[in-house]
Amino acid sequence: MDSSLSTCQLSALTSQPRRGPRWRHWQASLALLPLMVMLLVFCLAPMGWVIVNSVHSEDGNTLANFREILGSPFYLQAFVSSIRISLYSSVIGLLIVLPGAASLARVPGRLQNIAVAFTNMTSNLAGVPLAFAFIIILGTNGALTLLLRHAGLIDDLQLYSSNGLILIYSYFQIPLGLLLLYPAFSQLNDDWPDAAALLGASPGQYWRHVGLPVLAPAVCGTFVLLFANAMGAYASAYALTTGNYNLVTVRIASLVSGDIFLEPNLAAALSVMLMALLILVTAVNQWLLRRSHAQ
Amino acid sequence: MRNEMYHRSVISLLGLFLALPVAATLLYSLSSEWGATMLPSGLTFNWYLQLWNDPRFLTAFGHSLLVCLGTLLVSALIIVPAAFVTFYRFPWLNRWMNIIILMPFAVPPVVSSVGLLQLYSHGPLTLVGTPWVLIGCYFTIVLPFIYRALANTLGAMNLRDLMDAAHLLGADTPRALVSVILPNLKPALMASLFLSFSFLLGEFVFANMLVGTHFETLQVYLYNVRQTSGHFTSAVVMSYFLFTLALTWLAARLGK
Repeated sequence: MDSSLSTCQLSALTSQPRRGPRWRHWQASLALLPLMVMLLVFCLAPMGWVIVNSVHSEDGNTLANFREILGSPFYLQAFVSSIRISLYSSVIGLLIVLPGAASLARVPGRLQNIAVAFTNMTSNLAGVPLAFAFIIILGTNGALTLLLRHAGLIDDLQLYSSNGLILIYSYFQIPLGLLLLYPAFSQLNDDWPDAAALLGASPGQYWRHVGLPVLAPAVCGTFVLLFANAMGAYASAYALTTGNYNLVTVRIASLVSGDIFLEPNLAAALSVMLMALLILVTAVNQWLLRRSHAQ
Repeated sequence: MRNEMYHRSVISLLGLFLALPVAATLLYSLSSEWGATMLPSGLTFNWYLQLWNDPRFLTAFGHSLLVCLGTLLVSALIIVPAAFVTFYRFPWLNRWMNIIILMPFAVPPVVSSVGLLQLYSHGPLTLVGTPWVLIGCYFTIVLPFIYRALANTLGAMNLRDLMDAAHLLGADTPRALVSVILPNLKPALMASLFLSFSFLLGEFVFANMLVGTHFETLQVYLYNVRQTSGHFTSAVVMSYFLFTLALTWLAARLGK
């Protein structure tokens, strides 16, 4: 860069022993202080409380909370349903997102811009409003429920069940997955399918040997994010079933803000287990990535 | 040509699927009655009139706007100087900042609420039940978005030369930040603020668990009126949705 010379001269000028207009070191660090304090008060301190108190219980036993959770069919069921719903909704979401993202990366720029803006917009429809929208369509007297009942296809649609939750979760995974994944599809060169075809590969072989290996890191990363997103989700399930469906997040919330028994230490232990699970999934993903790079 | 037709139809199909809940909610909010029939029996604006005349809704909406605007103001005042100092004086820090700002992201809101409820519901720092705790939590939510938007612009501009030129012309550092750097950051800052606004307006977990009815926000109001008519709640959902639509549109325009 040809501006480097003038920059050197300028810094030589400004470092003259006059009272420089530049901030001294400690003054500059002061500008970082409010950000650090806010993070400390609203992120690190609550996290620390959760971790410390997860190993505290009334009888002084450090692992009693965890033992209580692991010995309780009720809490184990919460973990099983949370994992089940997150796993199903992430897989279903990905299966819909994969062809969608492939097409989104291949349509002309103008349509792509509109589609991305629209996806962004629908990603705002989450939580409570989303649950209500689904009740309107698929609730007991929902429009689609009536349509299907008139057609004689169903007796009753179980929106307030695990299948209903999987449906709603899949819906909010789609915009997120699309936005995360479609840039990866732009990496695929337009000439590669032709090159593969020239060498005698069928489209299926092209995807198996060229397309998917290139996309694998992005797909796995997206899957982990969708899974973590679903595991931590609370608002939609809470709004749909008013907290009656047994999920880990619902249990945590009811242990600290419910009407009956408040057991914050147990909630802390549940939280630690939830986060350990998320860290485990991320770590496995990283390990798989590193292994595939090594090969 | 056939390929393009295929891609277009996939996108349209997906768009249709994503639009379905929105369209149904819109229709429901505009229909006078939609019970035992497949299509509504009549159209009306009454639900919206009723909603926009409901003092509780207007208060909740006002509360939401207040908390969101307060958060954005606090965030801008804290993050702009921090990002500037990071790039100007401590460039090595940027790598760490990128990790630090993502910390709140790794913790589900339900989990941090557990700690927040215990730490700040009594004692010297009693924040639970007040809008202040929401402003703090929302700050941690929007931090990565705003910081990254600013970092992208700060990394791309010739920060050192600009500052040296300003100093040479006699401006001190705060003055140079305000009158030289800030105008350059404005598009990125405004776009990230509008985007943050639109998803803060949809935040429910912190608002419900930490504050609830003490300072009812839009989402908590929506949840609490769920027992009233579905048409009415649809009108709430659509009003909220159209408002965020306008905000994201503004964000896209300002980002250009």
